[in-house]
Amino acid sequence: MKLYTKTAHELHDLLVRKEVSATDLVKAQAERMQALEPKIQAFVTPTVDKALEQAALVDAKIVAGEAIGPLEGVPMAIKDNMCTDGVRTTCSSKILENFVPPYDATVVTKLKEAGAIMMGKTNLDEFAMGSSTENSGFFTTRNPWDTERVPGGSSGGSAASVAAGQAVFSLGSDTGGSIRQPAAFCGVVGLKPTYGAVSRFGLIAFASSLDQIGPFTRDVRDCALVMNAIAGHDAKDSTSAPVDFPDYTSLLGKSIKGWRVGLPKEYFGDGIDPEVRAVIEKAVKTIESLGAEVAECSLPHTEYALPVYYLLAPAEASSNLARYDGVRYGYRSESADDLISMFKKTRAEGFGDEVKRRIMLGTYALSSGYYDAYYLKALKVRTLIKNDFDQAFEKFDCILSPTTPSVAFKFGDRTDNPLQMYLSDVFTLSVNLAGIPGLSINAGFANGMPVGLQIIGKAFDEARLLQIAHAYEEATGCHSRMPELGV
Amino acid sequence: MGNEMIETMDRDETMEREFDFEIVMGIEVHAELHTKSKIFCGCTTEFGGEQNTHVCPVCLGLPGVLPVLNRQVVNYAMKAGLALNCEIAEFSKFDRKNYFYPDLPKAYQISQYDLPIAKDGHIEIEAGGKKKRIGITRVHMEEDAGKLVHGGAANLAGAEYSLADYNRTGVPLIEIVSEPDIRSIEEAIAYLGQLKAILEYTEVSDCKMEQGSLRCDANVSLRPWGQKEFGVRAELKNMNSFKALQRALEYEIERQAEILREGGAVVQETRMWDEAKGMTISLRSKEEAHDYRYFPDPDLVPLVISREWVDKVRQTLPELPQARRVRLVQSYGLPEYDAGIIVGSKAMADYFDAACAAYAIAVPAGTEADSKGQERAKQISNYLMGELTRFLNASEKGFQDSPISPDNLVGLLRLLEEGTISTKIAKTVFEEMFATGKAAKTVVEEKGLVQISDEGAIAAVIRDILAANPAVVADYKAGKEKAMGFLVGQAMKATKGKANPGLVNKLLKEELAKM
Ligand SMILES: [Zn+2]
Repeated sequence: MKLYTKTAHELHDLLVRKEVSATDLVKAQAERMQALEPKIQAFVTPTVDKALEQAALVDAKIVAGEAIGPLEGVPMAIKDNMCTDGVRTTCSSKILENFVPPYDATVVTKLKEAGAIMMGKTNLDEFAMGSSTENSGFFTTRNPWDTERVPGGSSGGSAASVAAGQAVFSLGSDTGGSIRQPAAFCGVVGLKPTYGAVSRFGLIAFASSLDQIGPFTRDVRDCALVMNAIAGHDAKDSTSAPVDFPDYTSLLGKSIKGWRVGLPKEYFGDGIDPEVRAVIEKAVKTIESLGAEVAECSLPHTEYALPVYYLLAPAEASSNLARYDGVRYGYRSESADDLISMFKKTRAEGFGDEVKRRIMLGTYALSSGYYDAYYLKALKVRTLIKNDFDQAFEKFDCILSPTTPSVAFKFGDRTDNPLQMYLSDVFTLSVNLAGIPGLSINAGFANGMPVGLQIIGKAFDEARLLQIAHAYEEATGCHSRMPELGV
Repeated sequence: MGNEMIETMDRDETMEREFDFEIVMGIEVHAELHTKSKIFCGCTTEFGGEQNTHVCPVCLGLPGVLPVLNRQVVNYAMKAGLALNCEIAEFSKFDRKNYFYPDLPKAYQISQYDLPIAKDGHIEIEAGGKKKRIGITRVHMEEDAGKLVHGGAANLAGAEYSLADYNRTGVPLIEIVSEPDIRSIEEAIAYLGQLKAILEYTEVSDCKMEQGSLRCDANVSLRPWGQKEFGVRAELKNMNSFKALQRALEYEIERQAEILREGGAVVQETRMWDEAKGMTISLRSKEEAHDYRYFPDPDLVPLVISREWVDKVRQTLPELPQARRVRLVQSYGLPEYDAGIIVGSKAMADYFDAACAAYAIAVPAGTEADSKGQERAKQISNYLMGELTRFLNASEKGFQDSPISPDNLVGLLRLLEEGTISTKIAKTVFEEMFATGKAAKTVVEEKGLVQISDEGAIAAVIRDILAANPAVVADYKAGKEKAMGFLVGQAMKATKGKANPGLVNKLLKEELAKM
């Protein structure tokens, strides 16, 4: 039995029927993980020993005849920008290489409570800034479908680990597309929830008003199960929403007949790879065949999303990353001889190029004399972008688009041109600016590489996004295909 | 009550121009709020403690943590705003003030920038015998930073190493910014005093300047009399007592005046008051001024305050110093001076009211005590401002922990009023009461200090003294007035000071006349 191909809900059934133990699962998963690491390099810090301890506890429960939850005993991975008590949390940055948090992120606490077992911390673009995981301060993660290609970013490690079968599910964070884009590149399900639906406490901030934690899974049902575990109000996060959260599995299997689905004309212009376009068009036909009415819609301020994002996100980042100054924890330059040079050298030596680029952009955008022209103007346009979606959702239940304009690109292809790299997030970042949920599922394949279909909904409408995604999944079955990795 | 409009004094007409420039000042006061926990986490705000023990990941700004606003901070800030006659903003927000310093864990301070919780208020002060209104520009909330401890030296200069203590980080502060309405050092001192009294009355801050829970900065500029435009100002920091404020202002005003007299130009800059050197020292000029890159803190949602919330806080406002002062003058006929001193300290004012109640002379606000009551109130006032203040100061105590309770003080005053003890004995009794906390009556009984007003008993004592001192009697008869003093003294001595001095005098004269 190839356990690594199973979803969480399938594994749950096996555990309940005592066909496997949690220890078996963790061992099999660890074996898979270790066998593939030389090829994929998804993990910054494996935590297999701890995982085995936890698995023993779950097995004791099962033996004692106690009921176990749907994620109990299920191996998972956590992006290394979420704090884990006693386990180093690096953000894939030299500056935090040896940082061991004394607390768990709320999502980690919740998953621990749900009994999920962490196999390790996954690689990312440094401080979650990037679209290829090439900006990791340590090493590059590879795409399981083609190891010459990037896994996407910034949650590349989390996406690749699930696609390669190194973890059953994982958590990523999404500031401008960092869950959806790597999910698309790696052919897995990735959800960026509504801003405020999942606590950010313990997530090392990149851009606080845009960051949101979400799951990577093999199928839509797993995504719903993980959301059930991690969504909810958190008193430790003021921006977390004090609303009622649904059972995210409650609408799975329900018909989408009569749904009104919008295709934003601004997302279907030039610049989309023809192969990707063909897959998406086919996917739209499938959705139509399931009873949905598809029509063109408009998000007129789309062209401003990229500049707005690249003003706001770096502005917040410049402030969030200021605390890495060598005073209290993390890296400190050894060549400094006074306070100011300690600050400067620590940051010069500890941060990578992309992070520095964004800190400089953000510092500039916030500086007096430019604030009104850049930051404040960007805030205003952000409102216009949000209004676009509000208007669209008056007419439509959800919006479909490609998740990315192309399939995963090859290493080095875009590293010399940051601007072109930024364009790979062009379909996803409006969703962060609007604070609404976006889901990427595997729509099919182009030249052997997965293509992502993005489903966007109004705030707190995740359950319905999962409903339509599930319907598509059932109709096509393309989610069940896994990359050949020769292990 | 006490809120009647006071004409802003026209300084051109009323102030003597003994100084060649007009002083223009605005004052910024930071007050630590009296909450039990910090502004964005649950850590204690208790002063002191071993270094870095009152901290958690949140106030240390460790990666990943988020601030959560303490509601009590908002209540206190609002209460202060209302007491300073400000408008409370229905919508305000928190901003980040970005700068690098080792005592600032996040490398930004969470503060309020363009939308503070309260603005457009005023308070009334009295300086130079004149009342004046000083505008309050704004009141905003912010978190305190930590503190550096320099090893091997008092300051950074000369230190071998520096350590950071973050116990204070995240302690809630309000910053109260005045309009540039202050025109003299006396007004500046009066403003700070009045502000301190208001914060104490509202109990939003303990205002312990020596512990840094009340800190003061001042913007100072000079201009030729009659000029409308403000002069170039210097911002003075680090004045942590009334005395420091006074000395720093004296120094700075003279420094600027000298520059201007010599035809020079004052530079816009931030200066620090150096208590030891007795001078202000330049910290940074306008050219190197910080660009704090303020922007709304995305980790905190905007603060929306309902009218109901404001009303609820308004109901908790106590009688404020200004109103209390008016009441003390109106109800008890106290001199303005006395009332001013008494309300200057909330503890003293509370003591006064408690004593009035114990003496059964308390009257509702807006009514007047009868003349007997007013007389008694003045007696209380005399004791508070005199004897009691002296004793408390000597033992470094405040009115709130006076060993003599208001009840016991009134007990003493009653004995005096009844003539049971003399003023002289009262002093002894007071001393004993202060040392032991006992009631006046108890002290008098224990020590047998009841005044002897029995004419027969005193007459007998006098006759004995006259018999024993024929030479002195002869001197008196020969017209030596001094002899009388000696005889009185002997009588008092014989009665251990308990004889009613009036009676002694009267009876002595009568007996001598007979001789
Ligand atoms: Zn704390």
